[in-house]
Amino acid sequence: MASVLTLTVTLFVLGSLLLGSAFLDSTLNNIQDKVDISVTFLPDASEEAVLSLKESVVLLPEVSAVEYVSKEEELALFRERHKDNSLIIQSLEEVGNPFGARLNIKAANPSHYETIANFLGNRAGEGAASTDRIIDNLSFKKDIVDKLLKVIASSRKVSVAISIVLVVTSIMVTVNTISLAIYISRDEISVMRLVGAGDMYVRGPFMVEGVIAGVIASIFSLILLYPATVWVRNATTNVYGGVNLVSYYTEHFGQIFLTLLFSGILLGVIASWLAIRKYAKV
Amino acid sequence: MIYFDQVSKVYPGEMVGLADVTFTVEPGEFVSVVGHSGAGKTTLLRMILGEDRPTSGNVFFESADIHKLGKRELPLLRRRIGSVFQDVRLLPNKTAFENIAFTMEAAGRTDDEIASDVPYVLELVGLGDKLWHFPHELSGGERQRVAIGRAIVNQPDLLIADEPTGNLDPLNTYEIIQIFKKINDIGTTIILTTHNKGVIDDLGKRVLTMEAGQVVRDDKRGRYVL
Repeated sequence: MASVLTLTVTLFVLGSLLLGSAFLDSTLNNIQDKVDISVTFLPDASEEAVLSLKESVVLLPEVSAVEYVSKEEELALFRERHKDNSLIIQSLEEVGNPFGARLNIKAANPSHYETIANFLGNRAGEGAASTDRIIDNLSFKKDIVDKLLKVIASSRKVSVAISIVLVVTSIMVTVNTISLAIYISRDEISVMRLVGAGDMYVRGPFMVEGVIAGVIASIFSLILLYPATVWVRNATTNVYGGVNLVSYYTEHFGQIFLTLLFSGILLGVIASWLAIRKYAKV
Repeated sequence: MIYFDQVSKVYPGEMVGLADVTFTVEPGEFVSVVGHSGAGKTTLLRMILGEDRPTSGNVFFESADIHKLGKRELPLLRRRIGSVFQDVRLLPNKTAFENIAFTMEAAGRTDDEIASDVPYVLELVGLGDKLWHFPHELSGGERQRVAIGRAIVNQPDLLIADEPTGNLDPLNTYEIIQIFKKINDIGTTIILTTHNKGVIDDLGKRVLTMEAGQVVRDDKRGRYVL
């Protein structure tokens, strides 16, 4: 029973890590989707210059979409954002339109941002020497993505460490349980050996015991995972609407079920094998 | 059938189990091994079952070196050897029938064979009416008979018995020995260890006398000499 419990906890954590990494992956995808390069132009840059740059960017194979935001639209957006702040609106009236036009560039693949940024950087560099410098600022959210990737990588490391500790613990507890079962039936085993029972005849029942513990534990952990995903969804809807773990869980149920079942059986078999090797010599 | 070739066994702490033992047992023989406690009788039997390894020398069962058999072959060898012990070693939570059925099952026999052979064997050892008794419901002599039934049910070529009459009164001892004689008469080789002078004198068969791990006498028609 103790072994089923520890196996359940181990499998539950393994399942959570599985779901957790799915969650992180989809979050990453979401954010990568939103990442784009925004090129801000100087306020006095002419519309033709901006549009011609847009044409040349569109021709790049790495670029999937380019959105042009004119300086008037930019101003309107700003007004909209700050419509409740009369001070800002008022000072805006005095300054006129301080904004430059903007290009939002989306890459076909996140790894292409570097190339596109370099291309634009070169254009900006050329412009800087001459008088027709139009690009004011080049910003892209690579830093955020990099940070996120680092977070995911380190969280993966932590979860692998946790799983290893749990796997070892559960194997040790299961080895103990099965060793006890072997000890209880040591008379049977010694008689079996004397009458020439085969290896599998003597060891089989204990192997089966380990497998059954693994199967029961995987079913328990699957049942436990469902309320856990519901809880996570309820806790994260406000923070982040992107992923629904519950639907992920139900959609990938077969896959998760097989993974946990297989891990459970594997853990049970390893534990029984260790116990048998130690205590039920033929 | 059994051949000990200069077999020595030294236990940790310089305890000598066997010292340079060489002898042969022919098929169909009834050999008694006598000697004081600690003379090496039990070690001898454990060697034949492959439960103990010799420090040096070889033990052969027919042409096979027992201690060079693989994990799969040793159980097959043990199925050809029946064994009986002084402490009986019946499983307390199984009836006489189940105890015997259990060993047949372990040896891979079918349910039909079990259903027909077990009552037959229990009849043979004189317990035809006590199939469903548990060991604690049987007397010492009856328990030993169940153990003998268990040892012979798989029709072994060799029966080894380690002081099977050690805990029994003279009448039960006599009856057990009669059963052994019967088993030997149908061709089963028997190796028996005993302390009992009466048993040896009654049998009038070959006797090996052991002392401090050595075979000191080998008499064809033995008497108990110590």
